[in-house]
Amino acid sequence: MAELLFWPALLLYGEAAVGYLGDIRRPGRAGRAATWGVRLGWLVQTALLAVQAARDDGFPWGTWASSLDLFVWLVVSAYLIWGCRRPYRLLGLVVMPLAVALLVVARAGGGTGIGSASHYSNLFLVVHVGLVLAAFAGFTLAAALSGLYVWQERRLQTRPAAILRRQMPALATLDSLALRTVAWSLPLLTLGAVVGLVRLVARGDRLDALIGVTAATWFVWCAYLGLRLLGGWTGRRAAYLALAGFALVVVVRLALPATHFA
Amino acid sequence: MRLVLVGTSHHHAPVELREQVALGREEAQALAGRLAESGREAVCLSTCNRTELYVAAEDADEAERDAVAALASLGPEIAPALYRLQDSAAAHHLFRVAAGLDSLVPGEGEVLGQVRLAHELGATGLLLDRVFRQALHAGRKVRAQTAIGESPASVSAAAAALAEQVFGSLEGRSILLLGAGKVSEGAARNLRSRGAEIAFVANSKTELELIAEQLATVDVVIASTNAPGLVLGADSVADALRRRRGRRLLLVDLAVPRDLDPAIAELDGCYLYDIDDLEQIVVETLSLRRREAERAESIVATEAEKFHEWHASLDVVPAIASLRARGEEIREAELRKAEALLGRLDESQRRAVEAVTAQIVNKLLHLPTVRMKQAAAGADGVLYAEAVRHLFGLGEDER
Repeated sequence: MAELLFWPALLLYGEAAVGYLGDIRRPGRAGRAATWGVRLGWLVQTALLAVQAARDDGFPWGTWASSLDLFVWLVVSAYLIWGCRRPYRLLGLVVMPLAVALLVVARAGGGTGIGSASHYSNLFLVVHVGLVLAAFAGFTLAAALSGLYVWQERRLQTRPAAILRRQMPALATLDSLALRTVAWSLPLLTLGAVVGLVRLVARGDRLDALIGVTAATWFVWCAYLGLRLLGGWTGRRAAYLALAGFALVVVVRLALPATHFA
Repeated sequence: MRLVLVGTSHHHAPVELREQVALGREEAQALAGRLAESGREAVCLSTCNRTELYVAAEDADEAERDAVAALASLGPEIAPALYRLQDSAAAHHLFRVAAGLDSLVPGEGEVLGQVRLAHELGATGLLLDRVFRQALHAGRKVRAQTAIGESPASVSAAAAALAEQVFGSLEGRSILLLGAGKVSEGAARNLRSRGAEIAFVANSKTELELIAEQLATVDVVIASTNAPGLVLGADSVADALRRRRGRRLLLVDLAVPRDLDPAIAELDGCYLYDIDDLEQIVVETLSLRRREAERAESIVATEAEKFHEWHASLDVVPAIASLRARGEEIREAELRKAEALLGRLDESQRRAVEAVTAQIVNKLLHLPTVRMKQAAAGADGVLYAEAVRHLFGLGEDER
């Protein structure tokens, strides 16, 4: 069943990625088809996650690969909040290829099937993994918004004749959306990390690389929020900081070979 | 019922002629009312680029003569500049007008509201109501399914669209005007219509000295002075930026020679556009509108075809109605003749006989009805209707 649902989800996300590329060349039909691809793909992936949850004995996304599967779903969910609106379609060009690539990696690692349940308690995993992954999904979206900001600002400064050909979100809107997304995501990461730390201390376990890089990620995003709210940072500087924070998210999600509860 | 259009537009008449026949709301309504006397329908569409009279009447030639006379009475020199269209061609023209395809700037949206107003003020009946409703539908469809009306078509609209690209909603944003030329006024008007407010107008030398203070607070600067050299240097803007704490600043230089130092464009958080940049944007967006116009034409053509089919069906509808009435009349007469026999049947048997006879009539008339409707879409509709009237003796009783 999970196998039956994985391929349609991947195909629909792939269609969305290609559609958004087509929307760049000729805005209109391709963009609309891509948005439907995201919506339907998300529904199919939701069904896939539901099947995994129902069939597995325990929390099914505790492994590195299976947590990627959940991470993709969270990223696409966050994207869907804005992605269906026409000015934000370009965001799909960043988010959807990423979703496709991560889903393929998740499958290669066996994370989209049944039987990847962890031996950790369900409640701990739901809270710890769920919150951390939701926060990372938010940071991914914030980084995509910041990337779009940098691109759009560069266009406004280079003044191409075709600047108004494509309907784009305003700089101020992108800036404020990125801030709001981080403001929602950082408390989730904080809470998820605290739950993990409490367990770490209670069991007398030692710090590992994953905890170290996650802490660094947390510091960067804290700095982002602090500098924006208290230091008056806006625009390009803030966008670059968000992209730096995202680089750490990439390291945590992809570069580290195993999770501490694998 | 025939549809007749007589009118003139910017394609056929210069403004000196068009202004002779330009009508206000009440005048247009009164003219439509006069033309609609004696059982006709009439609508007068009068905008700055066109005055058109749409008349629905049984006698198209007479309606056309009356419409020409009505316009000629407003401006005697207008007659050579008038165009005359009938039926499908007139409807197709109206659909193009409503979609903005006949406008000076392709895709301009104001005309759709003007068509709606003309429809509301007109003396409409079955035909004009249908054609205007369908025109409004075609106009809305074109705007929804193409990007023809999305991009700005003037320098001032381009400046406003750029401001929206930077700030999003312009509600509450403040504008600093340097100089008060016609173009900068247009740009300021465009920004104000989107919610921005004019914070300061620097028109004299003394006022220009106060710019530095204003720069720290405003969001948009529009410059169009007659000064021979630069009015605002990059250093002044850099100073102001330090006080703005990262707030973005859009500067639009509409003056020639330029008022704003080009080096401002290099500063972080500043977006500087001069008149050449804006004109290039307008040229680009107009070419986009022209490309989208091709798609819009096909939407309009489809709608015009639908109207043509509906209009043609009007010719055969009375014949179809008479034919069906005749069938029903015969059925009922035959049932009455057989009353003596039917009287012995119980209620359910009588209902069965009713149903069977009605079905026979329907089946017999189904194919002729379909064929007449099909013929109506082509040129043979009237011929078929006449043939049916002749073959079935429809309307002979009245004679």
